[in-house]
Amino acid sequence: MTNETLYDLRAVEKSFVKGKERITVFDQLDMSIKKGDFLAIMGPSGSGKTTLLNLLGGVDQPTGGEVWFDDARVDTLSETQLAQWRANNVGFIFQFYNLMPMLNAARNIELPLLLTNLSKKQRKKSIETALELVGLADRSKHMPSEMSGGQQQRVAIARAIISDPKLLLCDEPTGDLDRKTADEILEMLQLLNREFGKTIVMVTHDPSAAKFAKRTLHLDKGEFVEEDLVS
Amino acid sequence: MSKFFSFLGKIYRYLWLTITSPIWLPFWCIGWVSDKIGLSNWIADATMGSGAYLIYKNLTRKPLRLFLTVFATFIAFLIYGTITAFQVALDSGVELSADDRLVTVNKINFTQPLPISYVNKVKAVEGVSGVVHMNWFGGYYQDPRQQVLTFAVDQEAMLDVYNEIIVTDEEAANWKKNRQGIIVGKSIADTHGWKVGDRIPLSSNIFSQSDGNSTWEFDVEAVYTGADAQTDTNGVYIHYKYFNETQSFGGDYIGWMGVRTADASLNEQVIKAIDNMFVNSPFETETVPEKAFNKAFIEQIGDIGLILGSVVAAAFFIILVIVGNSMVLSVRERTGEIGVMKTLGFKSMRIFRMVLGESLLVALIGGGLGILASYGVTGMINSVPNPLPTLVLNSDVITTAFTYVAVLGLTTGIIPAISALRLNIITALSRT
Repeated sequence: MTNETLYDLRAVEKSFVKGKERITVFDQLDMSIKKGDFLAIMGPSGSGKTTLLNLLGGVDQPTGGEVWFDDARVDTLSETQLAQWRANNVGFIFQFYNLMPMLNAARNIELPLLLTNLSKKQRKKSIETALELVGLADRSKHMPSEMSGGQQQRVAIARAIISDPKLLLCDEPTGDLDRKTADEILEMLQLLNREFGKTIVMVTHDPSAAKFAKRTLHLDKGEFVEEDLVS
Repeated sequence: MSKFFSFLGKIYRYLWLTITSPIWLPFWCIGWVSDKIGLSNWIADATMGSGAYLIYKNLTRKPLRLFLTVFATFIAFLIYGTITAFQVALDSGVELSADDRLVTVNKINFTQPLPISYVNKVKAVEGVSGVVHMNWFGGYYQDPRQQVLTFAVDQEAMLDVYNEIIVTDEEAANWKKNRQGIIVGKSIADTHGWKVGDRIPLSSNIFSQSDGNSTWEFDVEAVYTGADAQTDTNGVYIHYKYFNETQSFGGDYIGWMGVRTADASLNEQVIKAIDNMFVNSPFETETVPEKAFNKAFIEQIGDIGLILGSVVAAAFFIILVIVGNSMVLSVRERTGEIGVMKTLGFKSMRIFRMVLGESLLVALIGGGLGILASYGVTGMINSVPNPLPTLVLNSDVITTAFTYVAVLGLTTGIIPAISALRLNIITALSRT
């Protein structure tokens, strides 16, 4: 693992037991993600994209192998330690935004900051900055139900970056948006990658979306089958 | 047709809103004003960090469900507070009984009379410091439905033996010297608006005067209070001599005797001496400590504690099911959101505490309001004519009620809280 490597998956295995059958998703999977990378992962349904994203996000644990993040093993952490690790290192962006419907935009964005020791004043300042970054400074008091899909996804992005994580994991972030809005969101992710050095891993079915990434990995039956580099 | 149903739906909605407006409108107004003056935001800022704001927002996301759940809890604790106050009031008759006081009744049962000649004999028993004889008058005021607990007593001994009856020395002297004088309890005096100096008619549903009239005229000489807040002040005491001389039958007999001993340790000795004195006579006696007498008297109605306990237990069981079900549903609906919070890094224990906090808050609001309302209800019961002693919600009842509030909150919240604690993120996210 070099200093430039953020994530390193070594001979990772992942299998599920369904009824009497054991289903293997990954068998001896190796993968390396560099700091500042913007990686798109594509593949057919059932290829293991979401499982991979769950492993990278620490919401699921491998059944074998090692997962290293920034020179530290993640796969040996307890559930509580993983929760803390996620809060410190990973921002999540979901296909359906997953905002809390009873909280306004600002309060949704504030959620990850409740896991830090920041003061009320510091939290407020961070929220303002994040809202400005995603272009929703005037929508802070709006409820999710009062916003469009694109605006909700922007709030979700603001929530993902508010605690300044090294890694952003995006699960079909534009899957629920029209082309124009999707491009705006993807440009925003590019900006975060380019200007703020965020490492981004994005799972997508959409080749147009994948073009915004620096490289694309194609996953099929738990194995990477090809890699496209975007110049 | 669909337009008709849509119209009906609108009518129903507006009707429901109008009917329930006294409940929701004040809260809505408070919320609106709070928003306008920035109070809501200030509270949100102040409580967001601790997670209390999230608990509040989760609770209020379905106002009707919250209202119904709180209302159910409110009713349960209103019942609890009122019934327990009633039970305490009944028990207070026993609790407040003097240790050094005995009751001597006819051995057959306490409705049978005793000769008045027994009084002096009992007074002479060693260890007896005072004796007052009493008769049940069966009184009512103006209407037989307005019962008044009226006793014909020996006015000279009454206030010494029953020293929890508080009147001034002057009032006591006035009562003793006026054969038509009576002392009335504050509660019954307030009920009928009686005051010192009033002449009031009291009728008996048992006795009549020699001219056939069953109504006696009395002068209110004192309105007594109790030495303790729970002392019954529904009683009225008239002169035995006046009663005995004017009644048409049953003269020179008494109902029972209240006997004060020089010391509680002498009770056993005095009891034996009194009952032995009258053994094998036409009027054998049974003497018991006042506590035991009052307890037996209450138990004649039935095991009040068991009956009241059963009512309260049934109410709590139903509430437990209703609130518990509501909490389980409320958390189940939020499975995806809980999964997202866990994904963001919220620890399972924190989410567990939040869910438990919600159920505790529901119990606290509903229970607290219920206990508060039971103050009002007991106050109302105390203010209308009734034969009950003063209902009091004492600190023991309040403490127990809030213990039950906590138990209810924890019991109804524990299952959904554990579900939230154990919820697997991947399973939860798959439900979003």
